[in-house]
Amino acid sequence: MAGRPSTLEELSLHDRHCMTAISRDDVAHLAHLARLAVTEQELDLFAGQLDVILASVAHVADVAADDIPPTTHAVPLTNITRPDVIGPSLHPQDVLAAAPAAEGGRFRVPRILNEPA
Amino acid sequence: MTATAEITVTDVVARYVPVIGLETHVELGTLSKMFCGCPTEFGAEPNTQTCPVCLGLPGALPVVNVKSIESTIRIGLALNCTIASWCRFARKNYFYPDMPKDFQISQYDEPLCTDGYLDVMVDGEPFRVEIERVHLEEDTGKSLHVGGATGRIHGADHSLVDYNRAGIPLVEIVTKPIAGTGVRAPAVARAYVTELRELLRGLNVSDVRMEQGSMRCDVNTSLAPKGAAAWGTRTETKNVNSLRSVERAVRSEMIRQSQVLDDGGRIVQETRHFHEDSSSTTSGRSKEEATDYRYFPEPDLVPVAPDPAWVEQLRAALPDAPSVLRSRRQAELGLSDDEMSWLANTGALQLFAETVAAGASAADARKWWLGDLTRRANAEDIELAELAITPAQVASLVGLVADGRINDRLARQVLDGVLAGEGDPEQVVAARGLAVLSDTAALDAAVDAAIADNPDIVAKIQSGKVAAVGVLLGSVMKATRGQADAASVRAMIAQRLGVEL
Repeated sequence: MAGRPSTLEELSLHDRHCMTAISRDDVAHLAHLARLAVTEQELDLFAGQLDVILASVAHVADVAADDIPPTTHAVPLTNITRPDVIGPSLHPQDVLAAAPAAEGGRFRVPRILNEPA
Repeated sequence: MTATAEITVTDVVARYVPVIGLETHVELGTLSKMFCGCPTEFGAEPNTQTCPVCLGLPGALPVVNVKSIESTIRIGLALNCTIASWCRFARKNYFYPDMPKDFQISQYDEPLCTDGYLDVMVDGEPFRVEIERVHLEEDTGKSLHVGGATGRIHGADHSLVDYNRAGIPLVEIVTKPIAGTGVRAPAVARAYVTELRELLRGLNVSDVRMEQGSMRCDVNTSLAPKGAAAWGTRTETKNVNSLRSVERAVRSEMIRQSQVLDDGGRIVQETRHFHEDSSSTTSGRSKEEATDYRYFPEPDLVPVAPDPAWVEQLRAALPDAPSVLRSRRQAELGLSDDEMSWLANTGALQLFAETVAAGASAADARKWWLGDLTRRANAEDIELAELAITPAQVASLVGLVADGRINDRLARQVLDGVLAGEGDPEQVVAARGLAVLSDTAALDAAVDAAIADNPDIVAKIQSGKVAAVGVLLGSVMKATRGQADAASVRAMIAQRLGVEL
């Protein structure tokens, strides 16, 4: 896995450095990853807006000193677990009720990869 | 394909250095799922084992199944890994309908277990496979691709998804790159997966059934020209789901890559699909397209910090390593080193041991598993474990022979019946009327007829050419449809002709 940040903190640091100027291409890439149909005009609009948001969040980096460890949770809890015990499941009718389409008790989804047969 | 058949792995390693790597996914045998109480039973009606948590419905909150942590730590300890004192789960984001949440909870840069090793035997020599990491994640749902020619993803019109499997705890065991194998690369891959499966079975953390998908392998293969400073570009062959296929996938990728390189081509880093029928791989989606998973720490779960005292407790309670168990078992079963390693490498040791446990002698178990059953498995090109016969049925067959109810020849017909799905040996014997002939009158008549029909043979025997008795024996066996006991027939002929046979 060459090229990927080696820790989550580096990843966020990496992101922080990129934040200062989010480009149209960045927005287009993220929109693609999120499967959002974004128009050409929206690319410019969102690039500007995201820039402001990210720059605001980046202020955290200005006050974060070396003695403050990166935090992912507001409360210092660990090891919240449950025993290996079976609980109730939903009825499959209820499960499929919200599905856009169902067939044979399964969720029916469009063809997954857009590749020729 | 014709060119492929001409090249062997020996030819490949004369010019190239292979490096392989294995990623093995193992579904843990917990009662309930990783983050919710849904049951994990295999084969339930679709979408009957799901709830708001594993369906990712809004507001649902995952809570870690403590047993899955325990099992993962035990696997790590058995693989000589370091257990993390503190680690987090991460969200792996991707759009693919096998996860209803649009992400999978996994571990990224903080796996529970790191830096271990597993020693395996390859061609009678020890080989150490180093382990990079063992981490815990949740399994995905199961997609059925409809409209494609073979149920595969390519060419499908649409897919049907069952989320029963989504959220079952899944352990991923990743090796470090395995170099230095040379021509043994396919055998090392197989030996590693075989040994790993034994180890996991011994830990009782999973049923490790490759055919049901509770253990699945991805095989990485690369080739570099001899003397090259760097390793070659690797491909990842997905879902290689039998021990034999692991070996074949490495072999076929080595041969394919060597042909591409020989022709001056370049290996593309990609996912490839393994085809059981042709033992070959074809290109899947290109790897580069799918790597942007935007991992981040899972906000719904707090970190896991295993208490060192608990870890030590788990370490102290680990069962004996498979190699230790094997030595003990080898002595108990009276197997030679060759037989033992053959049974272990074909994954048939368990079948063998269960046959003995079901009442057969080690000698009889050896006779059937290493004899007839091996021949039949080879003839059909399948593993011993894939034969449609259970250890209990083999033991029952052995018992029928020992009781004198059938002879070896009839036993082979009984095997035919069992393998054809006609039931247990007792049922096959009854249904096919295969019992050894116990009706003395019928046997007497058959022997008398054989003697009366072959006066020249009788004369030969009486003049001292006793080997000719085979003709009479054959005649009696034919008349009794093989159901007579050969030793009794021989004695009856000897008595009637007044000769020693």
